[in-house]
Amino acid sequence: MSVLIYIDQAEGHVKKASLEALTYGAKLAAQLGTTAEAVVLGTVTEDLAALGKYGVKKIHHVSNDTLNHFDAQVFTGVIAQAVTAANADVVIFSNNVDGKALAPRLAARLKAGLVTGAAALPDTSNGFVVKKTVFSGKAFANVAINSPIKVIALNPNAFKIEAGEGTAEVAALNATVEASKVKVTQVNKVTGEVPLSEAEIVVSGGRGLKGPENWGMIEELAHLLHAATACSRPVADVHWRPHHEHVGQTGLAIAPNLYIAIGISGAIQHLAGVNRSKVIVVINKDPEAPFFKAADYGIVGDAFEVVPKIIEAVKKLKGVA
Amino acid sequence: MKILVCISKTPDTTAKIAFTDNNTKFATDGVQWIINPYDEWYSLVRAIELKEKDPSTVLHLLTVAGAEADPIIRKALALGGDEAIRVNADSQDSFYIATQIAEVAKQGNYDLVFTGRETIDYNGSSIGGMVAELLNLPYVALATKFDLNGTTATITREIEGGEEVCEAALPLVVSCQKGMAEQRIPNMKGIMGARTKPLKVVEPAAADTLTSIAGFELPPAKAGVKLIPADNPAELVRLLHEEAKQI
Repeated sequence: MSVLIYIDQAEGHVKKASLEALTYGAKLAAQLGTTAEAVVLGTVTEDLAALGKYGVKKIHHVSNDTLNHFDAQVFTGVIAQAVTAANADVVIFSNNVDGKALAPRLAARLKAGLVTGAAALPDTSNGFVVKKTVFSGKAFANVAINSPIKVIALNPNAFKIEAGEGTAEVAALNATVEASKVKVTQVNKVTGEVPLSEAEIVVSGGRGLKGPENWGMIEELAHLLHAATACSRPVADVHWRPHHEHVGQTGLAIAPNLYIAIGISGAIQHLAGVNRSKVIVVINKDPEAPFFKAADYGIVGDAFEVVPKIIEAVKKLKGVA
Repeated sequence: MKILVCISKTPDTTAKIAFTDNNTKFATDGVQWIINPYDEWYSLVRAIELKEKDPSTVLHLLTVAGAEADPIIRKALALGGDEAIRVNADSQDSFYIATQIAEVAKQGNYDLVFTGRETIDYNGSSIGGMVAELLNLPYVALATKFDLNGTTATITREIEGGEEVCEAALPLVVSCQKGMAEQRIPNMKGIMGARTKPLKVVEPAAADTLTSIAGFELPPAKAGVKLIPADNPAELVRLLHEEAKQI
């Protein structure tokens, strides 16, 4: 038996969310007294053996270059073969974009109980119970998986990456790869920016900024902090900012280490998308803004006066002229 | 063209989240129920738009729930759709629910199955992928745009740090999110018409339940906000650096 972790890569690079999944899977394997193995699909430019430092013993690599384009159906077929090769009874994904497509498919194929949005290691003292976020981060559910094979999708940024010593054995897996029925015709990447879902710091703006022309200071602060930029729903709805920046209940749910909300009142729907952030800073001129109740630090003041001063202070801290 | 749109009932986005029966059940007292926003605003409305473009399209709505979901299904029918199907079962296990949906989809020979990206209560993001696997169909998750040209779909989906455009032939399963369509409000004609649209109730197929909810818990309360004077934002930066250690 083993715990199998799916390594998600883009353009040859292992995603940060997968390092979290590797750490999680290795710790779970230790808890269960089994070994951690992993599977990666497509062309990888990174040194896979070095991923052993996260606790994984063996990595099954299916290097077929048709797997450089994602297709949930084809990938599921390949991962299922890796499950057999590793004799795995627990499979770990990150609950990121591709994990959300793969984990349910694989679970249905293996008739495995599935928990997505896992927030902690399973409690295996009596059965197999996984804590997951529900109600858009406003609560947790403890879900018992009652099937012999189990699939877990771990929330991004919910589990600390831990690296130790070690090298993984990398084994080529000669898997059957079906022809894809989904043809990718175009990829539009926002280059030079930190992807919102992987960002450790997020600077977000709301209606209080009065117009898209005032986003310069949000972008400047984000740049200084190596942060991603985000916005509230009304801002995306009036097209001040692109839809993919919308965080909240019906937008993207994020869990950065630091979320800085500028000119956002903090409607309950917005909070639902950001309440898993570790530290929340709110800057709003309305002292009654509900966001202050969910914040760790707050400034009641005009963003147009406060934010430039914050930028100055950050520049001083970072030694930027 | 036959489209199946999966609908789930969820508590209103502003509902108070509390639990009863020793924290094993969601406290439903005073809770307003709505159509899950991802199912309504994006998936259902986009399907209605496709039917408006090609009126020969048959649009069916499907929910897996007890009779208490009937008002929600009627509300969805008021927006559009020809008829609704309710599989009379109450389950929180995604595999059980997906099996019911796949069974209906198989019998109805649908060209397209739409789900929302997730429900706002369980946040599973699981049903679309499971249904696609059970039907052995391609699956495009987290779609932000969907267009049809004959039997070929052009779909834009979210990827980390951008988007990807892809093409696939029907039949197909798609999970929908923001960008697919704009929210609509049902009009009086729609509301009146929904009363006479068929709502078929079918009994569930035999299916396994692979998970169960042992209990719920609420996150620990925040310690409270530390306010920094507006004339000294440098103090915020110092606290984030020295106390919170985040910058």
